[in-house]
Amino acid sequence: MSSARDDILGRLRQRIGREPAGAPAAHARVEQVIAASQAGPRPSYDGDLAARFIERAKALISTVDECAAPADVPARCAHWLIGQGLGRQVVVSPALAGLDWATSGLDVRIGAAGGDDPVGVTGCFRAIAETGTLMLCSGAQSPAVNSLLPQTHIAVVPREHIVADMEAAFAVARDAFERWPRALNFVSGPSRTADIEQTIVLGAHGPYRVHLLIVG
Amino acid sequence: MHFVSRVRQRLDDTELQRNLQRTRGRNAAARLASLASLDDFDAVRERATEIRASVLRDLDVWLERFEAEATRRGATVLWARDGDEACRLVIDIARRHDVKTVVKAKSMVSEEAGLNAALEAAGIRPVETDLGEYILQINDNEPPSHIIMPVIHKSKEQVSELFARVHGTAAKTDIVELTREAREKLRPEFLGAEMGISGGNFLIAETGSVAIVTNEGNGRMCTTMPRVHVALTGIEKVIPTLDDLATLLRILPRSATGQAISNYVSLLTGPKHEGDADGPEHMYFVLVDGGRADLIGGDFEPMLRCIRCGACMNHCPVYQTIGGHSYGWVYPGPMGSVLTPLYQGLEKAKDLPQAATLCNQCGVVCPVSIPLPDLMRKLREKQVDAGLRPWSERLSMRLWAWVAQRPKLYARGVRFAVRYLRWLADGRDRIQAMGVAPGWTAERDFPAPAAQSFRDQYAARQRRAGR
Ligand code: SF4
Repeated sequence: MSSARDDILGRLRQRIGREPAGAPAAHARVEQVIAASQAGPRPSYDGDLAARFIERAKALISTVDECAAPADVPARCAHWLIGQGLGRQVVVSPALAGLDWATSGLDVRIGAAGGDDPVGVTGCFRAIAETGTLMLCSGAQSPAVNSLLPQTHIAVVPREHIVADMEAAFAVARDAFERWPRALNFVSGPSRTADIEQTIVLGAHGPYRVHLLIVG
Repeated sequence: MHFVSRVRQRLDDTELQRNLQRTRGRNAAARLASLASLDDFDAVRERATEIRASVLRDLDVWLERFEAEATRRGATVLWARDGDEACRLVIDIARRHDVKTVVKAKSMVSEEAGLNAALEAAGIRPVETDLGEYILQINDNEPPSHIIMPVIHKSKEQVSELFARVHGTAAKTDIVELTREAREKLRPEFLGAEMGISGGNFLIAETGSVAIVTNEGNGRMCTTMPRVHVALTGIEKVIPTLDDLATLLRILPRSATGQAISNYVSLLTGPKHEGDADGPEHMYFVLVDGGRADLIGGDFEPMLRCIRCGACMNHCPVYQTIGGHSYGWVYPGPMGSVLTPLYQGLEKAKDLPQAATLCNQCGVVCPVSIPLPDLMRKLREKQVDAGLRPWSERLSMRLWAWVAQRPKLYARGVRFAVRYLRWLADGRDRIQAMGVAPGWTAERDFPAPAAQSFRDQYAARQRRAGR
């Protein structure tokens, strides 16, 4: 018996009318399409990308704060968390371990979040102005769970990481990664559902709140 | 149960009608509002259509490219001719990795295959984690009534009653509390399950990845926490590049719910790397044919462009009146009226291509320009060719054709009909009861015709002009 793979591909070839001799040309064409990949129509906007990002992020019910330098990050996080009554316990992605958390007054663990961690702090690979979206990549230094399991997610967004759209972010990624990350997660505000009576509720399975700290 | 009796039941169900009316038109309005933030919706739609169409023209080669890339990055790609084979493959994977519990993100292909029943029969416990799908699962595996909003047919009171009964908790009527209750029930499942099954919105040939779009975050959970991830999708889901993904993501959430972007889009490529903090150790793709390959190169190939956004049903006057369950299979609304007969057999869904007014609202809103009414019309033709229409319809069509080919007889017939209808109208401009076809006027009036037919008026005018 032929395998399901051969069966399905064979039927496709037959319906497409692909002769065995034509296959190499088709493969070459496909490689050409990928190599010459072109962006489709992209919305354009005038003005500052960061301003656009902040405006869109707020529309997605993320909250936004800004600070001047990376050194300010721990204190700004502490200030916001305490102001919101969200406690002092945080788990911080290893990528941000170099910041001075010790003097922030927070109870900090560097590593990957578990099911009971209330707050996760992550960096961000790029941020997308078009939609107010974070682009996070998984890795040893950036656990995917830190933006997923805790009820509160704080993302540190370097201002120069804000790009226009997904195409621009992918262009950076193609050059940046030696090995493509297992997961690229695009996060647009807190987790939500509208399954019951089309009423929006925040915090379906992921975070109830997403707080963005823009640096620089 | 027969389609007509299913519909009758749904129309008489006042609670269902109330639930359907509550959301009627809401997604359509949200969609329209969201299009404003695209400079040029038509251009994006055209591009999206071309991306999907171009893949179908070389689908064999795109699939091979995807497979090679996914394999190179550590995933295992498996193929299934139909739903049963897909179920067997998934069960094999589960057994190989000693899996007892599976958390599932929404996958329409899994519904097509009847995967949950197959898993249960094999002693593996499936847990649906999309809130809507979870509600359906604990309600005795009720089928979804919408591809994006599976419990659009239910009220919060019904959900509340269900949760109280199944969870053994006090009844809640607040939607926030109900959502919280489901979150708390499902959190331990995410953390404990050995395997996660997701669908796939797109397969990207450039990187061998699957893209999963959700709002709740359950898609991320199912593909991050368990040791094994299986992505179960149809073979038509391939797209060439990441740039194409960006284009399609401009149009999918807007068409579905009116969001500019869904909360979570995950692009997953292979298993966890050495040193990674999290992620599954094993990643599998199960690519399912299930009738798709047979559509390539034929009249119905455009249907394979579908990105499962649900816009066609959100805009369908018939769907919004009879609800998704009336359609009898996994896919409701206009896209279901085309897919069900194609995947399940023409004779199993005789009424579906007829259950449309051909108003073309669906064709206008479809983000990948699928001419849904044309496809329904073609299915009607196929039904006629296969002799699947009732004898009375066939006879009257033949009679009609015979008369229509005889102009004099036809003209005389029309004159007679006009006189009869005007007699019924009795001086008014509408007819309230028509004896020969009472069904026509049961719930609406029939307009009275003009005193003379067009042909007679035309002939009279020509005579006056002396021509
Ligand atoms: S047929 Fe078009 S409108 Fe309907 S679900 Fe598919 S893509 Fe969306």
